[in-house]
Amino acid sequence: MLKIDKEACIGCGICEDTCTFSAIEVVDGVAVVGDNCTLCGNCVDVCEVGALSIDKVEKKVVADLADWTGVWVYAEFRDGRVAPVAFELLGAGRKLADQLGVPLSAVLLGSGLDNNAQDLVAYGADKVYQIDDPALTHFTDDAYANVFEDLIREHKPEIVLAGATAIGRSFIPRLATMLATGLTADCTALAIREEDGALMQTRPAFGGNIMATIECSTSRPQMATVRPLVLKPNGRDDSRQGEIVKVTPDPARLLSRVKVLRSVREETNEVNINEADVLVAGGRGLDSEKGFEMIRELAGLLGGATAASRAAVDSGWVPYPHQVGQTGKTVCPKVYFACGISGAVQHMVGMQSSDTIIVINRDENAPIFDVATYGVVGDVFEVLPKLISRLQDQRAGEGDN
Amino acid sequence: MKIIVCVKQVPDAKDVRLDPKTNTLAREGVESIMNPFDRHALEAAVVLKEQYGGTVTAITMGPPQAEETLRDAVACGADEGVLVSDRAFAGADTWATSYTLAKAVEKLGEFDLILCGKQAIDGDTAQVGPGLAQRLDIPYVAYARKITECVDGVIRLERLMDDGYDEIEMGMPALMTVVKEINEPRVPSLKGKMKAKKMQATVLTAADIGADPECLGLQGSTTQVVKVFSPQFSAERCMLTGTVDEQVDQLLVKLEELL
Ligand SMILES: Cc1cc2nc3c(=O)[nH]c(=O)nc-3n(C[C@H](O)[C@H](O)[C@H](O)COP(=O)(O)OP(=O)(O)OC[C@H]3O[C@@H](n4cnc5c(N)ncnc54)[C@H](O)[C@@H]3O)c2cc1C
Repeated sequence: MLKIDKEACIGCGICEDTCTFSAIEVVDGVAVVGDNCTLCGNCVDVCEVGALSIDKVEKKVVADLADWTGVWVYAEFRDGRVAPVAFELLGAGRKLADQLGVPLSAVLLGSGLDNNAQDLVAYGADKVYQIDDPALTHFTDDAYANVFEDLIREHKPEIVLAGATAIGRSFIPRLATMLATGLTADCTALAIREEDGALMQTRPAFGGNIMATIECSTSRPQMATVRPLVLKPNGRDDSRQGEIVKVTPDPARLLSRVKVLRSVREETNEVNINEADVLVAGGRGLDSEKGFEMIRELAGLLGGATAASRAAVDSGWVPYPHQVGQTGKTVCPKVYFACGISGAVQHMVGMQSSDTIIVINRDENAPIFDVATYGVVGDVFEVLPKLISRLQDQRAGEGDN
Repeated sequence: MKIIVCVKQVPDAKDVRLDPKTNTLAREGVESIMNPFDRHALEAAVVLKEQYGGTVTAITMGPPQAEETLRDAVACGADEGVLVSDRAFAGADTWATSYTLAKAVEKLGEFDLILCGKQAIDGDTAQVGPGLAQRLDIPYVAYARKITECVDGVIRLERLMDDGYDEIEMGMPALMTVVKEINEPRVPSLKGKMKAKKMQATVLTAADIGADPECLGLQGSTTQVVKVFSPQFSAERCMLTGTVDEQVDQLLVKLEELL
């Protein structure tokens, strides 16, 4: 609980101004804490007279932290293939492991795993623990969490990462609860704190309006699910050597109280905007379906795909699979055009890591210019037609030769 | 059938933002609402009750004012509300929250099904549902998008996956978290609103649920917030200048280099 030393408090109100959650108020010259205090400690840090404290009743350190070492990555496997996020995790995990000076291992669970473990080595794993069993054909929370728990208890990794996919976000929370350790969901950045080697896990909250960095200080392993398409995989290196450990689990641990009767793949004729090298995105500034046509035209000319802000999707100019951002897709093309898009945080989190970002917006103060590689302050109805016609001329010229 | 629905009172996320200068959450005009995904869980529970008979209990852990959310739940068809509230719960992460809810559920006695929204829109973690199931040692399914039937103590449902869906069967008692595709929540009826007005929530404190103080709130949390901040965006930006034609020329040159 937050303690306020009434004698020491001078009622300056700095804490009130600092409280992220408006949970502290100066009443009659003394700070008073309300029910919505989350004990984040921001006020304690800023109090100039040291009147605030959080009584951290000695937290019991549950795990002997030093016993736990190594970085693990869960390599999600479904339908005969490893999910792409596993390679991204190996890329990120490799950096963390190198910084800590420990090995990086992957955990591969499923049925009919073939040579997939070798791929994980090529993408950075030093070791792969694999359990290949028909009981793991379908994903069930019980069986997957049970066998994973046994592996973790036996080998004691300090960090366990998984993709924030439907599967990861389903069974990893159960696993963390079994292990009585902390889990941070849907992270977008991971780093090692120099002083003590702790894992700093950064994630969006409140629909992306706020970022929070989280640690897990008293238990192990430190666990995180990581949003797909945010971290970058390393290149494939077939000369890498690694050890593949085939594990036979206790049959009782493969039993599941949940039965999967049928697993149905839904054919989507969804465009995959994640795969395009060039994305041309339009927002509310395009004004109408007709205006949005310019986006399609430009994308066509550049051999790219169309993308959109939520405002454009909500207006019905373009279907949802094209939406980029917090509640849409995360993309990172070579070139991203943002036309008539203001740059709400929820949009920017989905495209900020694009290699080159070209912004066309008539409002020079639009936040989207903060991420622009090249910015054009101008009206889309003037700039885009010119750009399109110049490109058409170029293409026609190429045709002549 | 005895159904429990976990509901959370949350600030309406679309209004929440940090003031970049003071690092505080903007204070004005942020409304408290029932977590939208929980509304779908509640609707699914009420539909099951209508089909198979039984009761629906809405439970929430939160400050005293979270009672509003229970009232809202009763207006939409829940039979009763349980408020799990204590200063000792402050600062709870998902680990401490699932512990607290599990103790409260145990206190309430037997049940057949627990329904939760897939995640809360403030924290977006999606961890409390699975954590609660694990603590109660019952099977669960995340991301339920359809309940097919519920007979002889067995529930059949579809769970949404990234690439399609799975048809699932599990014995009860069980827990599931639902996605919004599962239904269209109803608006409160007049009768519901009358009932909500009169509702007296059962209040459970840390002592009532026999909780171990070491497992509650910040103390019982396995994760700690190191800092909160506004998302930062930056780039080495180059603003093009000149007439529109000149700028278009420059863009074409850049595109030539890039592609
Ligand atoms: C929980 C949550 C999740 C969200 N998820 C997403 C998400 O996934 N993706 C997403 O995109 N948004 C998302 N949003 C919505 C987001 O907050 C913004 O509302 C949205 O991105 C705005 O879209 P926009 O930039 O097209 O429209 P606006 O913000 O209205 O911006 C339009 C821009 O066009 C410019 N403009 C207008 N006319 C012209 C013209 N003629 N020429 C040039 N420029 C012009 C204006 O200057 C302005 O900058 C989410 C919001 C919430 C609360």
